[in-house]
Amino acid sequence: MRDVAIIGVGITKFGELWGKSLRDIFVESALRAIDNCGVKKIEAMYVGNFSGGLFVGQEHLGSLLADYLGYAPIPAIRVEAACAAGALALKQAFLDVASGFSDIVLAGGVEKMTDIDTGEATYGLAAAGDREYEAFQGVTFPGLYALIARRHMYEYGTTREQLAKVAVKNHKNGAKNPYAQFPFEVTIEQVLNSTVIADPLRLLDCSPISDGAASVVLCPAERAKEFTNKPVKIIGVGHATDTIALADRENITTSKATVEAGKQAYKMAGVRPEDIDVAEVHDCFTIAEICAMEDLGFVKKGEGGKAVEEGLTEIGGKIPINPSGGLKSKGHPVGATGIAQVVEVVTQLRGEAGERQVRNAKIGLTHNLGGSGGSVIVHILEAI
Amino acid sequence: MVTAVKVSKTWREIPQRYRLEANKCNNCGKIFFPPRLICSNCKSRDFAPIKLPKEGKIYSFTIIRTPSSEFKDYSPFAIAIIELDNGVKLMSQVVDCDFNDLEIGTRVKLVFRKIQEDGSSGIIAYGYKCVLVKS
Repeated sequence: MRDVAIIGVGITKFGELWGKSLRDIFVESALRAIDNCGVKKIEAMYVGNFSGGLFVGQEHLGSLLADYLGYAPIPAIRVEAACAAGALALKQAFLDVASGFSDIVLAGGVEKMTDIDTGEATYGLAAAGDREYEAFQGVTFPGLYALIARRHMYEYGTTREQLAKVAVKNHKNGAKNPYAQFPFEVTIEQVLNSTVIADPLRLLDCSPISDGAASVVLCPAERAKEFTNKPVKIIGVGHATDTIALADRENITTSKATVEAGKQAYKMAGVRPEDIDVAEVHDCFTIAEICAMEDLGFVKKGEGGKAVEEGLTEIGGKIPINPSGGLKSKGHPVGATGIAQVVEVVTQLRGEAGERQVRNAKIGLTHNLGGSGGSVIVHILEAI
Repeated sequence: MVTAVKVSKTWREIPQRYRLEANKCNNCGKIFFPPRLICSNCKSRDFAPIKLPKEGKIYSFTIIRTPSSEFKDYSPFAIAIIELDNGVKLMSQVVDCDFNDLEIGTRVKLVFRKIQEDGSSGIIAYGYKCVLVKS
């Protein structure tokens, strides 16, 4: 396998983009990534998208988006792994370049979720779980994470206030991110008094329904300096699956797929959790960030809540997590999220994150999780 | 729109939803609900049909207050992961209860109930929900 570098990144504003279609936002992010590195051609593209079919009634996105990007007839592949579709697109693009099959490859992610109402979007999102044995009974995605939260609180004594602190921290970071859907701060009191969605989770524990797209351009690491003086190498890739039905798991407070994908990525990169300077993890709900920190080995199992409370995961803390604002504040257009995380880590490793810059960040990690943990993809990136 | 309730699929799921039919690996003993063709634990394909026990306890629970479109008339309602007495876990609504009586460990039993319907003129899907066991 050849070493692979990310040479260009691009992202759209996340939010309710009523004036823009799925194809508009994808092309906007892809052109930004292409302009960011100045490549003259793309040889192949991978698009992460969770459910164009249920959210906008559009499938066959590979061809549609290659055409609107002006690059047809290049091969274009749409990939899906629920909310981990974006990172899956990056993994497949990585393999395409690493194998020597292609040189310049674009990996993007896109989701357009606000053309339908919240009830329909909730129905669509439930397709990421087990339709016949979870959604059939009426459980929603906030409901699944509420079950995880309740059990985590029961087993480890995690508190309602600790969950709220995840949202407060991520909004504090997101307030400094011009692309964030909700770029403002919230207080613990606001989180604790927000509308209950699925006990014990409240509105401000949940990531929003969003439109958005993000793209990156990859090339062989040996060619990276032709296009940018700040390339970032992909040094670790981990990808694992688990049951998609939450009830089928022995223990719902640990994501086995996160543990496994993390192990694979750390091994390939030759690094340990303590070597990671900055991480973007999948905080679709506040409890998910706590579980991810534990399962990736940043803290011991059960100590995630305490670590957040002590400020270890703030931008100036020991292990800064979600400096972008995370899914919570930045927004969660599901198929775009995995790539958006990579865009943030690359921006951090290039030292271009402005007010939310983590000092001396050299090695970064992204953790993108699908459904309630049925798919997890971890990437480790290093500035070169 | 693809809805959760359709005739063929509702008919197909009857053995599990009405009768709790599962299967048990004859090699390692792992139980699957719904039944599977290969054991994820030992890779055996030799299974025996079994029925799940109807009683168990709450492993975790929540109250759904923002439901998906097809459950909006039922909101708010309780959903739990139930750990049955043979160790199998499943997702089920908990009904006919005061939400304040729900706790991890509370004893419940599965009952046969209406789950959802396909609009005002479509078919009705039945299945299991659970109620609290009065001590």
